[in-house]
Amino acid sequence: MNFSISLTVNGVRRDVALDDPRVTLLDLLRERLDLTGTKKGCDRGQCGACTVLVDGRRINSCLALAVSHDGAEILTIEGVARGDQLHPVQAAFIAHDGLQCGFCTPGQIMSAIGLLREGQAGDDPERVREGMSGNLCRCGAYAGITEAVLEAQNSLVATGQRRSA
Amino acid sequence: MKTFDYLRPATISDAVAAAAEPGAAYLAAGTNLLDLMKGGISRPDRLVDVTRLPGLDRIEPLPDGGVRIGAMVRNADLACDAGFAKSFPAVAEALLSGASAQLRNAATVGGNLLQRTRCGYFYDVASACNKREPGSGCDARGGENRLHAVLGWSEACIATHPSDFCVPLIALDAVVEIEGKSGRREVALEALHCLPGDTPARETVLEPGDLIVAVRLPGQARAFSAHARYLKVRERTSYAFAVVSAAAALRIEQGTIREARLALGGVAAKPWRARAAEQILLGAGADPAVFRRAAEAALADAKPSGDNQFKIELARRILVRTLTLAAAGTPKRIAALPASPFASASGALQHA
Repeated sequence: MNFSISLTVNGVRRDVALDDPRVTLLDLLRERLDLTGTKKGCDRGQCGACTVLVDGRRINSCLALAVSHDGAEILTIEGVARGDQLHPVQAAFIAHDGLQCGFCTPGQIMSAIGLLREGQAGDDPERVREGMSGNLCRCGAYAGITEAVLEAQNSLVATGQRRSA
Repeated sequence: MKTFDYLRPATISDAVAAAAEPGAAYLAAGTNLLDLMKGGISRPDRLVDVTRLPGLDRIEPLPDGGVRIGAMVRNADLACDAGFAKSFPAVAEALLSGASAQLRNAATVGGNLLQRTRCGYFYDVASACNKREPGSGCDARGGENRLHAVLGWSEACIATHPSDFCVPLIALDAVVEIEGKSGRREVALEALHCLPGDTPARETVLEPGDLIVAVRLPGQARAFSAHARYLKVRERTSYAFAVVSAAAALRIEQGTIREARLALGGVAAKPWRARAAEQILLGAGADPAVFRRAAEAALADAKPSGDNQFKIELARRILVRTLTLAAAGTPKRIAALPASPFASASGALQHA
């Protein structure tokens, strides 16, 4: 069977002919669209390295069948910066050493962007930690990750206040 | 992963017809099914994608004050629906204590009910498992079984049902709406899952093609909103299945318990309603001795299935703690660590 699907990936429409229904969204991004920023860690929904936003919500792309997401809007780590200007979450991860080896970082950043959009954690470190618990970091950079997410949250609030002022 | 045919029917009746064929399985988010397929535990010939079926993604208030939750509503959307969380706080707390934010954004209401056990021997295709391969035996007996069942288990199977969501739902008399080959029918959630007996491969009363389309909570379930909690003991702070969990919902008038609902999770092959314990609470106040008696009654039939004697006393203590917190009142906001026995009711920092 052949399946044609179209996705909007980082703002660009991509038409893909799938020859196999088993392809996950993760494998589609990495192997067919050459967007290798999204990482394959466990491939079983346990580590969060594959986190992307689908229609604005963070999910594990390893546990999503590509064919089931025809028409979806996907945001990956490749799509969050504006040219040379880093996304505030990316800048905060650098400022707070929210990484060591960097393998989990794209998933951490996409998860953090999803968390900020969900708007449930606010500036409560415990809620940030709980909200980021689906992303494992084998280097143990959790302290810096939490600080980075809190700073990004605060800068978003400040930006929002400047805009509304 | 074995390959399969992929179908995306446009109507519920087409979906039921397509899924009634041998070897067919429904696909919703796939957060459990794809994992099982990658491991070779589930090997469907045909996937029937139900994510685009019309009308299954709504949370609808009912005239009696209850709610009808479409089977495709995502776990996170239900937990964060302000009206739902206010009326059924223990259900929202249970949802938020399960899995990770990414999984809750994808996983559906119907899929949560039908998720499979996380017994390690069920997941390991090199192990004997009567649930995965009837008649092959049970390597969990005599294996690593500290987290296995203490109620309702059989020699054939000691696995537990892993859902958090189902525990408060069963306490609140949830009803499941099912569309099948012979039309629509309803089953109490308490009657959906089967105990293992000699046929642990039969996990629910669903027939081939049966599709869960909605879960309903009756209006009476709202009467508990001021005193309803879910607690879950895990082996790490977050993102883990329950060792033991409990839901308690009380209706208290002038300090006296007029109605009580209790259920346990992580103790049996189905979410476990503790009716005898509920009766003991009627007419009592928020009395630790009465809570303990109720907990004793809830676990009266419990017996270890392996190295899990500790779960019986743990379940009693978690029931007492859940009752104590429920009697104290539902917090205005769910704690930073939902359902954690280590969270303060105010949501104050634990790891600062």
